[in-house]
Amino acid sequence: MIFDTAIIGAGPAGMQAACDLRARELSVIVLDEQPAPGGQIWRGVERNCQPGSELAQRLGAEYRQGAGVARSFRACGADYRPLSRVWQIEETGPDATEQCWQVFVIREGQAEVVEARRVLLAIGAQERPVPFPGWTHPGVMTVGAAQIMLKSGGLLPEGPVWICGAGPLPLLYAHQLRKLGGQIAGFLDTAPRDTVRRGLPHLSGALRDWKSLAKGLAWQAGLRAAGLRRETGVRQLRAEGKDRLERIRWETPEGEKTAPAGVLLIHEGLVPSVHPTLSLQCEHTWSDAQQSLRPVLDAWGETTRRGLFVAGDAAGIDGARAALAKGTLAAVGIARSLDVLSEAKAKQARAAGDRALSKARATRPLLDTLYPAPEGKISDDVIVCRCEELTAGQIRAAAGRGSADPNRVKSETRAGMGPCQGRQCGYTVARLIAEAHDMPRAEVGFHNIRPPLKPVSVGELASLGKAKA
Amino acid sequence: MFRPLPDSSEGPTVTVFVEGQPVEAYVGETAASVLLRHLGTARTTSISESPRAPFCMMGCCFDCLAEIDGKGSTQSCLEPVRDGMTIARQMSARKVVAR
Amino acid sequence: MRAGADLIVIGGGLHGLSAALQSARRGLRVVLLEGAFTGRHASGATAAGVRSLARAVEELPLSLEAQAQWEDMTALVGDDCGFHAVGQVQVAMDAEAKARIKARIARLKAAGMHHESWIDPDRLAELVPVMQPGALGAAYVALDGSADPHRTIRAFRAACLEADVEILENRPVTWLGREETHWTVVAGGTSHVAPTIVNAAGAWGRQIARLAGDLLNVGIKNSMMIVTERCEPCLGPVVSAQNRKLSFKQTADGTFLIGGGVQGRLRPDGDSASVDFGALSGAMSTTLALFPWVADLRLVRAWAGMEAATADLLPVIGPSARAPGLIHAFGFSGHGFQLVPSVGRVIADLAETGRTRTDLSAFDPGRLATNRKAA
Repeated sequence: MIFDTAIIGAGPAGMQAACDLRARELSVIVLDEQPAPGGQIWRGVERNCQPGSELAQRLGAEYRQGAGVARSFRACGADYRPLSRVWQIEETGPDATEQCWQVFVIREGQAEVVEARRVLLAIGAQERPVPFPGWTHPGVMTVGAAQIMLKSGGLLPEGPVWICGAGPLPLLYAHQLRKLGGQIAGFLDTAPRDTVRRGLPHLSGALRDWKSLAKGLAWQAGLRAAGLRRETGVRQLRAEGKDRLERIRWETPEGEKTAPAGVLLIHEGLVPSVHPTLSLQCEHTWSDAQQSLRPVLDAWGETTRRGLFVAGDAAGIDGARAALAKGTLAAVGIARSLDVLSEAKAKQARAAGDRALSKARATRPLLDTLYPAPEGKISDDVIVCRCEELTAGQIRAAAGRGSADPNRVKSETRAGMGPCQGRQCGYTVARLIAEAHDMPRAEVGFHNIRPPLKPVSVGELASLGKAKA
Repeated sequence: MFRPLPDSSEGPTVTVFVEGQPVEAYVGETAASVLLRHLGTARTTSISESPRAPFCMMGCCFDCLAEIDGKGSTQSCLEPVRDGMTIARQMSARKVVAR
Repeated sequence: MRAGADLIVIGGGLHGLSAALQSARRGLRVVLLEGAFTGRHASGATAAGVRSLARAVEELPLSLEAQAQWEDMTALVGDDCGFHAVGQVQVAMDAEAKARIKARIARLKAAGMHHESWIDPDRLAELVPVMQPGALGAAYVALDGSADPHRTIRAFRAACLEADVEILENRPVTWLGREETHWTVVAGGTSHVAPTIVNAAGAWGRQIARLAGDLLNVGIKNSMMIVTERCEPCLGPVVSAQNRKLSFKQTADGTFLIGGGVQGRLRPDGDSASVDFGALSGAMSTTLALFPWVADLRLVRAWAGMEAATADLLPVIGPSARAPGLIHAFGFSGHGFQLVPSVGRVIADLAETGRTRTDLSAFDPGRLATNRKAA
């Protein structure tokens, strides 16, 4: 059958959009990689929010809110397909009578094609990859990864853990860890020290959401009260060891320091997941505030390709509450484009959605200013492309050899040709090109994304032919 | 590298086989998480053969590629544990076995 | 306006680079204009097969010359371009294929060409132990092989710069005009003047010809290719099959490249091609029949490369009859990679002296001329 809408991702934005579209009696299929609804922010929310769960208490009220959304989503009547990996999205050719999208999915080793009139990408974000010496060592992982371990198995790092980076997530995780009895060796804050001076212009706007501000301040106060070792102005982090992490080294304005380490968790903010929109050649724009690309969207969440919508953090990093609002707005836009919602009603619904979104975004300019993407020099020996094991030195050499086109550098070095398709190296490669050619980062762009979006086996590809026959 | 909360160790478990050894896994965790807890790594790279461990746990770093139920290069962080699942590290480049 | 060039090469793919390099080595002052960056399209999307096996007989003189040049590529560009003479086999899967291959080898021998030989199933199994038994034998050329396309682009580019070729990138050609003895070429906002121009614009070759007033009937091919994850080395020769969609090889990186000429889709803008997974999926059957273990390997990337293709699948090489001072070198129809060094030599001959010892009659642009008057 041809669905009215295929939603990719069952996080806040995807679930909300599914509920809203179903309320307008549109047929909806939701494809998600995870085994249960919630996305990353509300991962495992159904299992963890069983009555009497201590974990649910410690994960906080915003996490528990996800349980209600997941419940509504389960009941909304959308065709929900967990454990489904989307590896290609195509638009039917110009000879088709009606516009239709084909979404290629792998589920349980079988490839299939889902057809839908509209596609909504609610695929969230990933943590910003920031290479440093030793970041490929076992023992080093992201704060987000550690939090996923907590949400999807109730697992805490063993022994004292180092947390290094900047942003709300490391603070939240440190706070959660402490409440659950985990040990923190120290918190290495990489945000520049002149917080107050930079933050001040954005403070009054952020006060519209004083609850979130108060919560952030409470996490920090809690960590201080617990006597946690905290270093600020941290730069030049290094993870050292033979076959795994053994010690870390860092610099502050006061000098170089070192400490033994078993687990190091890092985090430098989030970037939208843009691989599908890049591969579909949608227009993108560079956000200086968030130092990342995002798809260009109209007021209804539609990309520059008609019938393709984006909602949630994939449209720009704004957090879970904003993702719910964006899901609602995209559902309005989709209903309008399918002619089941009049222009007047759509505008009315949009105005309400815009207000909710604006409130949910109130603290964002402050957060973006307080926690900018790190700009420290990446030394030549640092691995940039984790898949192809290429160093910054190799990328720099290639960047200087010819034009400032990331595709040229990709061809010459293979950076971005591994299975991650440049999800880990793309931004760094672009930054090194911008530095080599002394041009603004926004003008460099990103290398072309070649399919598949996620690796499929040749056998799975062949199974598609059989499914079609 | 990771240990269960008191809650989780009381929760439901399944038995999986990590490189032949039966181990208990918590319902809700992934094969990558089991690898981290028991071996600390998932693979060695195909170029320099250096060890790697799951890094992002959400399907975008591909450092958790492992052999799950005999299928090589599987993103182990996207595989929830199942009873009887076999999990093994993937060492170096894949080997081709002609039948 | 810039002056002073003897030759303008349009197109920074491998054929353009090779023609520019070999012309510059003869003392010509060469400007190369590339619309994007060197090797952006077909040259970067190729499987880089270095193959005389099963080539059209018309191309064989250039092919065998190139075979020898590839053996000593360092002499031409200072790098071996990752070329390995791993051999190429063309498998016969059925009796008809076997008969066709044997007849071809006999024809070649009668014409005095002994590069291809027939090998029986046992020898084939020795050469390709990872292949399923069942094939009836194969045609084999030991001196064929494959190269690293990106390394080849890098080496030709570096050699061009060394030879003082002026390489100008991001210069799509928008206008061509001839006044008496000189061409003016407008590209990316700059104009360039030279008595002779080379059209090595690949998929855009037809448009360049049209700008020069030479209307040629040349189409576009969008052959798809997939590459797998890296594996331990296990496959030496490049494997194809007679009358089947198959081209299978393992690169020096350990990845497997699977091609075979399945066509992707041309995007509506006409400037790029995209992958058609439905078609690709259906075309996996021959590969999986011969190499069933490939089913377990991860496909890491797929792409469709744009390339000019002619009706007779022979390239367009030689002076234009309608536009004096224009030399064509495009339309290789998906199998021009090996010919890069020898065709570059031919173009340098033509650019330097207006003549070449090579018989180009089969590649004559005139055979593709449309009846309409030049614009």
